[in-house]
Amino acid sequence: MELLSFGDTGWGDELFKATFMTILVALVAFFFGFLISIFIVPLKLSNKKLLNYLGNTYTTIFRGVPELLVIYLLFFGGSSAVMFVAKIFGYKEFIEINAFLTGSISIGLISGAYTTEVLRGAIESINKGQFEGAKSLGLKKTTYYVFVIAPQVLRLSIPNLSNVWQLTLKDTALISVTGLVEIMRQSYIASGVTRNPLLFYSFAAFLYLILTTISLKYFNQLEKKYNHQP
Amino acid sequence: MKPLIDNFPDLLKSALLTLELTIFSILIGLLIGLIFSLMRISKIKILYFFSYYYSFVFRGTPLFVQIFIIYFGLAQLEFIRDSILWAVLKKPYWCAIIAFALNTGAYTSEIFRSGFEKIDKNLVEAANSLGLSNLKTFLTITLPIAIKRSLPAYGNEMILMLKGTSLASTVTLLDLTGTAKYIISTHFNPVEVFIFVGSIYLFFTFLIHTFIKYLERKFRYY
Repeated sequence: MELLSFGDTGWGDELFKATFMTILVALVAFFFGFLISIFIVPLKLSNKKLLNYLGNTYTTIFRGVPELLVIYLLFFGGSSAVMFVAKIFGYKEFIEINAFLTGSISIGLISGAYTTEVLRGAIESINKGQFEGAKSLGLKKTTYYVFVIAPQVLRLSIPNLSNVWQLTLKDTALISVTGLVEIMRQSYIASGVTRNPLLFYSFAAFLYLILTTISLKYFNQLEKKYNHQP
Repeated sequence: MKPLIDNFPDLLKSALLTLELTIFSILIGLLIGLIFSLMRISKIKILYFFSYYYSFVFRGTPLFVQIFIIYFGLAQLEFIRDSILWAVLKKPYWCAIIAFALNTGAYTSEIFRSGFEKIDKNLVEAANSLGLSNLKTFLTITLPIAIKRSLPAYGNEMILMLKGTSLASTVTLLDLTGTAKYIISTHFNPVEVFIFVGSIYLFFTFLIHTFIKYLERKFRYY
């Protein structure tokens, strides 16, 4: 138990900080994914074949390829891509993007693919009358999407977004391969120093369990709060 | 392209390893899932709670942590190193399969549980009134319907498991992702490798998808 205490002798404070890092990466990735999906969902719902094709390619790739592979792509390819762009503007030094950015972007891309599917499903399940009603009131397309459709879509997709959040939270453990000090990486370091992997990985599992349980409770509350029939 | 061509035999071998890991874990996981879903619907409290907490723990933690606990954590215990289990647990290959099977077993048990719970009680009553025994009702009525209804969700779980096997690379196994990482870090060609290896994974995903669609067609009988 001493190994988990706070202060210089234990790893408690380090793991505490690492937990915040996990939460931070998960939040950034989830919202980044949400942002992406806002741009991809219209592509998937569009009547134009080409746009459809683009949207489908994105979701197929990022839902079908392992998370680790995506992380390696961005980890090894990220800085050279940034340097390539920087070179065009005449900057020739070596640029290293940090692990936090690499991690949240790669997990965000994956999370975005799942969020896209969730939102698309929710939009398709909305009664056609809502669209027609909004149109007949003379509202512009952007206006009725934002004020009429979006609130309903969000309400309908809370349970599935909860699943995507859980997935994203668990995927953040994989970012540890890039060296970002979150729960998994900190446990790796601690178990290397103390030679007690069983304790630290079990404790890491316990921390993740707490995070997933709390967020599940929160999403259930959210669902209950907004689950009213008009 | 040259590094990919040079490493083609390795890539082929690792693709087979990925397939092997996926198939083994899915088969063992299917068995675990079925058993635990039955425990979950049973009326015996202790079986129910055991199954409930099993699925709670394995679905609430990342697979990455689970595989590390089994591979690095268990090796620390003296009594495991002295037992026969050590012959299995010292090999990363078996540790990976155990972790994957336990993980997918937890998700599978939830899928089947909801399949069992959604079955119309009238069907069971009708079967009973025709004089079928409880066991026969279960085997010929409840189980086939539950499995058929679980197929789409189970297909997704199989695809998730395929992606999950990439974690085998973190315990020194050279599966597709492991080999991909090796090629990237020696030749520094992430985009090329990502496209090539990613396509192999997408091809496997497509195979699973087709297989599930085939099963769904085959079991469409009412």
